Amino acid sequence: MMQEAVIQVRNVHKSFKTVHAVRGINLEILSGQFVALLGPNGAGKTTMVEMIEGIQKPDSGEILITGKQWKGHEKEFRRIIGLSLQETRFIDKLSVFETLRLFASFFSLGPQRCEEVMNLVGLEEKRQSYVVNLSGGQRQKLALGVALLNEPKILLLDEPTTGLDPQARREVWMILNKLKEASSTSLILTTHYMEEAEQLCDYIVIIDHGKILKEGTLKDLLGKSSADIEKKQEYHGPPRNLDELFIELTGRHLNE
Amino acid sequence: MNKLRNSQLWQLILANARELLREPAVLFWGIGFPILMSIGLGAAFTKKKDVTVTIAVIGHNHLLHSQQDSVSVIRTFLLKNKAVLIIGKDGTISRELNVPDEKLGGTTYIFRELNWNTAMTMLKRGNLNLVIDENQGHLRYNFDPMNPDAQLIYLKFSKLMNDPDLIIRPSETEIQPLTVTGTRYIDFLIPGLVCMGVMMSCMWGVSYDIIEKRSKKLLRRMVATPMKRSNFLVALITVRISMNFVESGLLVLFAWLVFHITIQGSIPALLLFFISGNAAFAGIAVFLSCNTSKTEIGNGLINLVSMPMMVLSGIFFSYHNFPAWSIPAIQKFPLTMMADGVRSIFIEGAGFAEIIVPSVIMLTIGVIFFTAGLKIFKWH
Repeated sequence: MMQEAVIQVRNVHKSFKTVHAVRGINLEILSGQFVALLGPNGAGKTTMVEMIEGIQKPDSGEILITGKQWKGHEKEFRRIIGLSLQETRFIDKLSVFETLRLFASFFSLGPQRCEEVMNLVGLEEKRQSYVVNLSGGQRQKLALGVALLNEPKILLLDEPTTGLDPQARREVWMILNKLKEASSTSLILTTHYMEEAEQLCDYIVIIDHGKILKEGTLKDLLGKSSADIEKKQEYHGPPRNLDELFIELTGRHLNE
Repeated sequence: MNKLRNSQLWQLILANARELLREPAVLFWGIGFPILMSIGLGAAFTKKKDVTVTIAVIGHNHLLHSQQDSVSVIRTFLLKNKAVLIIGKDGTISRELNVPDEKLGGTTYIFRELNWNTAMTMLKRGNLNLVIDENQGHLRYNFDPMNPDAQLIYLKFSKLMNDPDLIIRPSETEIQPLTVTGTRYIDFLIPGLVCMGVMMSCMWGVSYDIIEKRSKKLLRRMVATPMKRSNFLVALITVRISMNFVESGLLVLFAWLVFHITIQGSIPALLLFFISGNAAFAGIAVFLSCNTSKTEIGNGLINLVSMPMMVLSGIFFSYHNFPAWSIPAIQKFPLTMMADGVRSIFIEGAGFAEIIVPSVIMLTIGVIFFTAGLKIFKWH
C-alpha cells in the first residue's frame, strides 16, 4: 500500500529584501516519515519550515498539507500540526505544568494529557518549576512537550537541540525515537548537526543557499556520493559521514 | 595606527557605534525624544516674561470702580496700580495687574470676582490657588498651606499689599487655611494619581507585555495553535483592568484612611467612568504594540505617549499653568479627560450627567484605537 504524502512542497521560492532564502525547493514527506533538513546556518531551513508551518507565505510555488492548501484550512491544520520554533521563550513565571495546561487549553485538552506529555518528555520532577528556572535542555524538552500535546500528525522542529550539551541532546533524541516507534507522526526537523539527522531521520535533505544539494536515505547519500566522486577527479574513498559529504559538495563544514 | 585599528577596544567601539547608528529608531528615542520632551517641559517651566496667576476675590464691587460703595482695600489697591478691568461676554468681571520683575520674571495677577462656591470649585480643579475674602477692610487669605504654589502667591501678593503708598490699608489680615476635604492639594492629587496609574498600567501591562511576547516569539508560538487571537487580547486586557480596579481601590482606601478623602459624587458614575478610561488606555496600548517586536522601540513608544500626558494632563499640578493656547489641546488628551472627570466625581460631587459625554468619548477612543491596532496587528 502506498503511503500518503502529508506534506508536498512544489517549486517554492521565498525572498526577503536582498536575500533569496529559498530557491525552488521540492519536497514530499510521507506519513510516519522522519525527515531532516540539514544545512549550515543561513541555508534557508528555517524559512522553509516556517512556510510549511504557515507562518511565512511563499513568493511562488505551492505547499500542500494533507493535499490541501493553507488558505481556507488554517484552523484544520493548526489542530494537526505540532511545532517547536527556534528559540521560543515561554512565560518565565509559569510552571512547567501551567505552561502545558495553557497550551493544552488551545486544543481543548485537559490535565490528563499534560500529565502524559510531562512523563513522555521526562519533566515530571520539574512539574512545579518556573520556566525561568529550567536549564536549556529542560526548556527544549518543554518546547517539545508543548509541540506534542495535540498528538500531531505533523511535527515540525526547528533546531530542537541547538545549544544543548551532548547529554541533553541525546535525551531529546530518545524522546523522538520513542515517538517514532509509538505513533505515525511525520517529522520535519531542521538541524546543522549531522549526528541528529543520522540518528533520527529516515530521509535527509541537504540544503544550502536555499537549494537542495542532495537528498535521500543516509545510505543513499553516502553511497551515491562516492560513486559521483569516483567518476570525477581523484578519489580518496567515500565520505564517512554527512559532514564530509557536505564538504565535498560545498567546500565548507556543516556547522560553519 | 594599524595597531589601534586592530585593537579589541577599537573594534568593540566601532561595533557598538555602528549598531547604534544603524538603528534609526534607537537614535530617535535617544536623541529626538529627549529634545521633544525638553521643548514640552520648557514651555511649562522655563522662566517666562510673565507668570500668570489667578486670584479669586469674593463678593461684589471689589473690582468695579464705584463711588457709592463702601471702601474696599482690594479695589483701592487695584485702582492705584491701574489694573486693567476686563468684563467677559458672560458678564464675568476681572482685573489684570502686571507686576514686572527683571530678576525673577514678571507676574500677571488676574483677579476674578467670584462667589464662594465657584471659587471653591475652581480651587478644587486647580484653576486657582488663593481666595481673598474682604469684609470692611479686613482681608482674609484662604489657601491650602500645604500647597507651595498657593503659599508663594500669597507671599507675593501680600508683599504688594504692604506697599507704604497704599492709601487705604487693610485694618487686619488673616490667613484662613483651607483644609476641608476637596480643597487640599491631596484632594487634587489622588484622583490624578488614580488615572495616571490606569494609564501606566495599561501601557506597560498591555503594550509592553505584547511586545515582549512578540520579541520572545511566544506570540508566534501561540497563534500556531488553534488559540483564538481575540481570546489572547481579551484575556490580557481583562486581567489588566481587574488589576487596575484593585490598585486604584487600594490607593483610594489608603487616601480615605490617611487623608480622609471621600468620594463626594456618584459611585456608579465613577465605576462607569473608570471602565471608560481603562477602555481608552487599553485600546491605545493595543495600537501602540500592534507592530513592533523590539522592546527598545516599545519602551520609546510608551514613553512618547505616556510622558507628555503625565506632564501636561494636570496630574501633579493644574494644566492651567501651561500657555492658554495649549489648554484646549491638553483637554483633549485621554488622561486629561479622565483626570478631570474623576476629580469632578471625587471632589465636586459630579454624577452621570456630568461624566456621560467624556465617558462616551473615552470609550470611542478605546474602540477606535483597538480596532485600528487589530487591523495591522503583527502576530508573527
